[in-house]
Amino acid sequence: MTFFSNIWRNEKSREIIVQIIVLFFLGWFISWLVMNVNANFEALGKDISFEFLFIPAGYDINQYLIDYNNRDSHLRAGIVGLLNTGLVAFFGIILATVLGIALGIIRLSKNWLASKIAYWYVEFTRNVPILLHILLWHGIIINTLPHPRKAISLGEVTFLSNRGFYIPKPLTETGIELVYLFFVIAIIFSILFAKYCKRKQDLTGIQYPVYWINVSVICFLPLIAFFISGMPVSLEIPALKGFNFRGGMHMSPELAALTFALGIYTAAFIAEIVRAGILAIDKGQREAAESIGLKPSKVMNLVILPQARRVIIPPLTSQYLNLTKNSSLAIAIGYMDLVATLGGISLNQTGREMETMLIVMLIYLSVSLSISALMNWYNSKVKLVGR
Amino acid sequence: MKTKMLLAGVTAGVMFAGSVLASTLDDVRARGKLNCIINTGLAGFAAPDDKGNWTGFDVDFCRAVAAATLGDANKVNYTTATGKTRFTKLAAGEGELLSRNTTWTFSRDVDLSQTFIGVNYYDGQGFMVPKALGVKSAKGLDGASVCIQTGTTTELNLAEFFAGNNIKYNPVPIETNAEAQELYKAGRCDVYTTDASGLYATMMSFDNPSDHMVLPEIVSKEPLGPVVRHGDDQWADIVAWVLRAMMAGEEKGITSKNVKELAAKDNKDKEINRLLGKDPLQGLSKLGLSADWAVNVISQVGNYQESFEKHLFPLTIKRGMNALYRDGGLHYIPPIK
Repeated sequence: MTFFSNIWRNEKSREIIVQIIVLFFLGWFISWLVMNVNANFEALGKDISFEFLFIPAGYDINQYLIDYNNRDSHLRAGIVGLLNTGLVAFFGIILATVLGIALGIIRLSKNWLASKIAYWYVEFTRNVPILLHILLWHGIIINTLPHPRKAISLGEVTFLSNRGFYIPKPLTETGIELVYLFFVIAIIFSILFAKYCKRKQDLTGIQYPVYWINVSVICFLPLIAFFISGMPVSLEIPALKGFNFRGGMHMSPELAALTFALGIYTAAFIAEIVRAGILAIDKGQREAAESIGLKPSKVMNLVILPQARRVIIPPLTSQYLNLTKNSSLAIAIGYMDLVATLGGISLNQTGREMETMLIVMLIYLSVSLSISALMNWYNSKVKLVGR
Repeated sequence: MKTKMLLAGVTAGVMFAGSVLASTLDDVRARGKLNCIINTGLAGFAAPDDKGNWTGFDVDFCRAVAAATLGDANKVNYTTATGKTRFTKLAAGEGELLSRNTTWTFSRDVDLSQTFIGVNYYDGQGFMVPKALGVKSAKGLDGASVCIQTGTTTELNLAEFFAGNNIKYNPVPIETNAEAQELYKAGRCDVYTTDASGLYATMMSFDNPSDHMVLPEIVSKEPLGPVVRHGDDQWADIVAWVLRAMMAGEEKGITSKNVKELAAKDNKDKEINRLLGKDPLQGLSKLGLSADWAVNVISQVGNYQESFEKHLFPLTIKRGMNALYRDGGLHYIPPIK
């Protein structure tokens, strides 16, 4: 008896006991869920099988980054959908980040009008549900832009219509290898040059305009190669043929609407995160930087932002995750993402709702964890080194 | 030890609850209402009228089953489902009957463990285009944007038709008929494709239906019919014979107007007597239905012809394949013996 009461009185062992009990109930609950599913599936005469992944999907997808036709498997259709999710998340994250940082800084501007506009942007945008943003943008593109036969033409090479945006597509010809080679050389040179300048500055204090030199090298070296090899790039201009434009690069109204909506919506949150990050830096830091004679841009880039970054990155990560997960609302406007392909049409054609949903959930989980891991790695690079 | 027993008990309980199948008819009678899964909105088949009551050809069938089993056609709870959610809802027990323009296919019947109990509408997939587009045939649709309602057999037919004719197209998959209509009207798509019946229904809901046309090609077979879950043969038989009773009504000239009268007298045609409960119909008790089941169906809902003409004639849909066999159609029902 005393043995047990001793265990219970010992804080350490009591904690362990409580945790074991909680773990036990959690395990019991999960196994109950699994058994319940199994029992109900059995009652319905269904089994769990992933064989459907390898039979032909039979449906077409209007946007694919890897080759796809309706004879390919459901698995491949799922991958096409996943890449479409990735594409819209990628564009959305870039748009949200650029717009968000700009708005966050503008919001702190001393210019009353600029600051108020940023304020109203943030308040309006983040208080309207994302689904409405998506439907709004889709509606705007479809209802305000003309039919392809009356498309708005920009210089006869780029066209805007309610079927999306068409831009010329660069086609490479023989001789392009030289341009690629020069580009790689330029990159290598830039890295070495930057290292050299850094060492030089550390030793002597002399600063070189590294940034401008490198930008020019990277731009001009491939350009020179381009002319030497006889301009081996031609443009495929989109042309109206039958119902629609053919050729060129095409951005569907769905992709455009989704990118705008996700980017603009998430930018409002990022703006607030950036503002919070900048405000979190003690004003003494700014004053100290100014007192040693740094220009305002240097104060921001060398003193404020590097410190603000530490505050910004963890919440920024969760905004990126939100954006990626919100992209699954694509289904509302018929953008063929992962949920619309594997979790939508494949689900319906095969009737495997449990299996497809499990796969889709696992994929979203791993995508989110990957973004998280990447951002954590970046965070560990910029965080304050402990002394 | 105690927890272990509790665990075992709960497990057994769960397994037990999962494996016992109560009779669907008993469930419906105990509830006093039939749960019926219908379309989210398709004029003529299932759409709310100006008083907010669901009405249409598919809704009529729900009402007929309620009339046969509960004696009152109004005792129906309607649950709407999109093309994508309908089978899940049926499997999950949100309804006893799925009456939602559902195409009978091999894999839906076999792989999804459902029972298709017959065909109440023979349909086929067609294409609707604005007349201004100047297209006369589906083969002239090369490069067109096509709005499709997702979660249907439509997607596969479309892919097969265009691939078979070497035509390129740009599919725009949409969740519900209403959204697809909006996109078609806004010009996002050149073409809207679904079952021909749905196209006519959609067209009639437009402000100026005469600006649109349905192309002559019908690219698939779409036998539409009611669906029930696998495993309860009694219930499947009830639903199947309610459908046949409605068609028998048309065949024998029994309408909602004269059914009471015919049920009261001794008819020369003994099949009418058996259907309306005047003469015994062997095996009816096994279905668990009362003798006046068909009288209830026809008096409260009408026969097949009445339902068809009431809901589908306004959409300019003709009987065509959906006439009785004796009128050159495909509906041929087993004898009521």
